[in-house]
Amino acid sequence: MSDKGMTIHLKIWRQARGAKTGKFVDYTVQNIQPAMSFLEMLDILNEDLVKKGEEAVEFDSDCREGICGTCGLVIKGTAHGPHAATTTCEVRMRGFKDGETITVEPFRAGPFPVIKDLVVDRTAFDRIQQQGGYVSANVGSAPDGNAVPVSKYYADKAMDVASCIGCGACVAACPNASASLFVSAKISQLSRLPQGGLERGRRALAMVAQMDQEGFGDCSNHGECEAVCPKEISIENIALMRREYMRGALKGD
Amino acid sequence: MASLGSIAWSSVGKKVITGITGLALFGFVCVHLLGNLTLLIGPNAFNSYAHFLETAAHGWLIYAFEVYIIAVFLFHIVSAVTVAWTDKRKARQAGYKYSRDAGGKSRKSLASRSMIYTGAILLVFIIGHIFLFKFNGGNPHTLDEHGYKDLYKVVDEVFASLGFVIFTVVSMILLGLHLRHGFWSAFQSLGWANDRYLPLLENLARVVAVVIAVGYIILPIYMHLTQPGGH
Repeated sequence: MSDKGMTIHLKIWRQARGAKTGKFVDYTVQNIQPAMSFLEMLDILNEDLVKKGEEAVEFDSDCREGICGTCGLVIKGTAHGPHAATTTCEVRMRGFKDGETITVEPFRAGPFPVIKDLVVDRTAFDRIQQQGGYVSANVGSAPDGNAVPVSKYYADKAMDVASCIGCGACVAACPNASASLFVSAKISQLSRLPQGGLERGRRALAMVAQMDQEGFGDCSNHGECEAVCPKEISIENIALMRREYMRGALKGD
Repeated sequence: MASLGSIAWSSVGKKVITGITGLALFGFVCVHLLGNLTLLIGPNAFNSYAHFLETAAHGWLIYAFEVYIIAVFLFHIVSAVTVAWTDKRKARQAGYKYSRDAGGKSRKSLASRSMIYTGAILLVFIIGHIFLFKFNGGNPHTLDEHGYKDLYKVVDEVFASLGFVIFTVVSMILLGLHLRHGFWSAFQSLGWANDRYLPLLENLARVVAVVIAVGYIILPIYMHLTQPGGH
């Protein structure tokens, strides 16, 4: 690497708005510093493209600190890039070699249609949430401290899954394009707490039904989802979702 | 309220069906292996064991079991093919141009990726296996000195052929591969798993895969090496 920084070759998926498919386009960016984030590298590419009068590459990002779940690219064949427990915006250029060729694709799944280039429509997740990813029981205003008994164990377990940011990497990485990890995280978070536990059966049935209706695939227990999840949500939640679902089905919820 | 049909055929319902039927088939595979190990004792042990199975409950046991196991197979095949083939293809029609396995905590393996293929080959094996052993390749069975069907002779004759020995050994390695993913996956599909004992189930799957495959591989090799005509 010279003082001028790294040279990176990119193969980026370009797809016009409304088009059924697209193609890889090759780009080269220069003077990339190792401390830059992957998205900053794409920003530099876009500045170059705009200066040349070409159309910028569309990609999603918002907080750029790994907490909002907006960004999501398949970098070098892996959702959110080659490192575990990171979002796309947390990927740093020091993880790549000078002169390396990096492929960049959108998250691919039928229920995540490509809007343009690397931006996909993930509103299917919102529709699943609307089927029961909330507490509808009237629980009043914020209760006094310790008025609602929650054991530390279940509070921790619920917090682990509450860290799901709904980025959709689990769907992107799943060989079957299943949304099981996302849906199970939401079901798990709510069913483990007293207020959420009230509607656990109906919630599991309704959210799974919506997941199926959106056209996500079924789970084959490959576990690719857990490996790419930026929040390292365990597939034990998928087992829990199945228990909750059967419980709801048996109880007639 | 959701209907029973929509629950059974939901993405979760299909996994539960695949898991329960998979465990039922695993149970059969274990019992079948234990029974077949009587081949190692000798013709009399094997033929009288087979005679017991065919005559238990006035011959009704075997018919009842056949109906049960065929039903289990059909549910297993239909639900698994829907999960791993039809729904999978529908859910991602525009696939990745370049993708790599995530590694790390992923359980994706040769075994998990090949379930549908190992399953399909095992189905072919099972059909051939029933035709050759149960129906003696379409020929009438002879009787042994006790008046029992001489099924030992049938096995002996089939495994005189090195080709059948190799086909059986390869099929049983694929059965091991199928169980390597299928065994722990069944528990996960039924919701009987959490982080505390998922690693135990996965290790148990490795052991089960090797024990079942080796157990079944011993038989054709033993029968081939003890030619001609058995003991």
